[in-house]
Amino acid sequence: MAIAWHRARLAARLPQTATARSLVFTVPGWPGHLPGQHVDVRLTADDGYQAVRSYSLAAPADGDRIELGVQTVPGGEVSPYLADDLPSGADVEVRGPLGNWFVWRPEQTEPVLLVAGGSGVVPLAAMIRAHRRVPSSNAFHLLYSVRTPDDVWYGDELAAPDGHLDVRIVYTRQAPSGSPRGAGRIAAADLAEPVTRLGATSPAYVCGPTGFVESVASLLVDMGRDPATIRTERFG
Amino acid sequence: MNSFSPGFQGRGRRMTDRLPPGQYPTEQFPVLSAGPTPNVPTETWAFTVTTETGETHSWTWDRMMALPQQETLHDIHCVTRWSKFDTRWRGVPLDAFFEDVETTADYVVVHSYGGYTTNLPLEDLLDGKAWIAHTYDGYPLSPEHGGPARLLVPHLYFWKSAKWVRGLQLTDEDEPGFWEGVGYHNYGDPWREQRNWGD
Amino acid sequence: MADDNTHLDGNCLAGPLSEILSVEATTAWWRCPECAMAGPLAQLQVYGPEPGLTARCPGCAYIALRLVKEGRHIWLTMGSSTGAFRFTV
Repeated sequence: MAIAWHRARLAARLPQTATARSLVFTVPGWPGHLPGQHVDVRLTADDGYQAVRSYSLAAPADGDRIELGVQTVPGGEVSPYLADDLPSGADVEVRGPLGNWFVWRPEQTEPVLLVAGGSGVVPLAAMIRAHRRVPSSNAFHLLYSVRTPDDVWYGDELAAPDGHLDVRIVYTRQAPSGSPRGAGRIAAADLAEPVTRLGATSPAYVCGPTGFVESVASLLVDMGRDPATIRTERFG
Repeated sequence: MNSFSPGFQGRGRRMTDRLPPGQYPTEQFPVLSAGPTPNVPTETWAFTVTTETGETHSWTWDRMMALPQQETLHDIHCVTRWSKFDTRWRGVPLDAFFEDVETTADYVVVHSYGGYTTNLPLEDLLDGKAWIAHTYDGYPLSPEHGGPARLLVPHLYFWKSAKWVRGLQLTDEDEPGFWEGVGYHNYGDPWREQRNWGD
Repeated sequence: MADDNTHLDGNCLAGPLSEILSVEATTAWWRCPECAMAGPLAQLQVYGPEPGLTARCPGCAYIALRLVKEGRHIWLTMGSSTGAFRFTV
């Protein structure tokens, strides 16, 4: 049974950074989804040409509304159109929800490590937002790698006080002035403290560009984390 | 009338005399891969032609480079719809490797380091239609584009121009290669838009 | 084998495989017959999507499956050097 393509209407477009947008669609008949799942978006040109790309769902299930995160890829075929050109109120097709591996379920009770590289924060945001709805759960520890302070998605939300969410942002190109940690890629030292908060079977969710994911996953294994507890999703 | 994604064009597709149907021109040189990029040092590189009777003819890198070289300029067409004009290559025409090869086979399976294969009629490799190319735009061919050496068959879709080429197997029967066995066209002429199995 | 880091992973196969499989595929367990590494389909290395999807063992690059969408057909091979199944969808 193929998963159906649904008509999805653009209801809202919110800037996250200069080149990233949150897109909210209404999808009649949307069956709901789990945090971490994604959809395939299909665009059709008037001559019948179609392009399909995967986008992560950025928020937990909310009736017929879904939120996606789109990072513009310069020269890309689909992302610039979605980020800036698709008119409000216009339709695309979406297929989903997709993927049962890179998901967090609210009944999971152990502490969780989330490691995001750039737009890899999108599916982790869905987990964080779902986690907020669960009373008295164990903490989430987010380590979020961005190039500069201007590249942070969901900034206000991540900065809001939350006793069950610990957020560390690391900057790879340019750190805020006065920041004790200089600019640089995620290293073992950045992971060391959050890892001490985990139990032996606590999951780590790592999402971002391929090189980032491979690097973080191998750091975690080198730190003694069981590879079976590390779930990864690569954006290429 | 399509009611989805108004204004979406896909990549700008315009027709010129040089552009086969369904293609768009690009200044880029996209890299498409089906596996990790093999690291093939020229010290251990070898190119082997194996006939239908099992007779082999092999060239080391130095012997290949000692063969007559040609500079050649071509438009290339990828089945994923990009075309690139005036690509400049240096290499050895396949004819040079066939001077002492006795064969009555009609078909070839091209083998690459890393396991890739592609098939084509032998006649499409001969008479100056194909090269073993080791230099692109004046520089040694980079690994992501098939270096140290790739097959260059510019009159067919570019998946026939196998990267990291290591040998040819001559066959009496046509045997589908890596993409030809999963829905891509057996021959792949861009001007007849032979993309898929059914075209 | 040098790793060029151009691959994705098996999570991206969820949509394409949903067209021919009735059970969600990315959690399916797979053991590599070449190097014995085992894990879920989601953690395979995937090259593509064009000209086709090639899913490989993260340990040794052995081909686990290949998937090509072609018009109304989906072509699937499971394992290296095996014949393709052509599904009509």
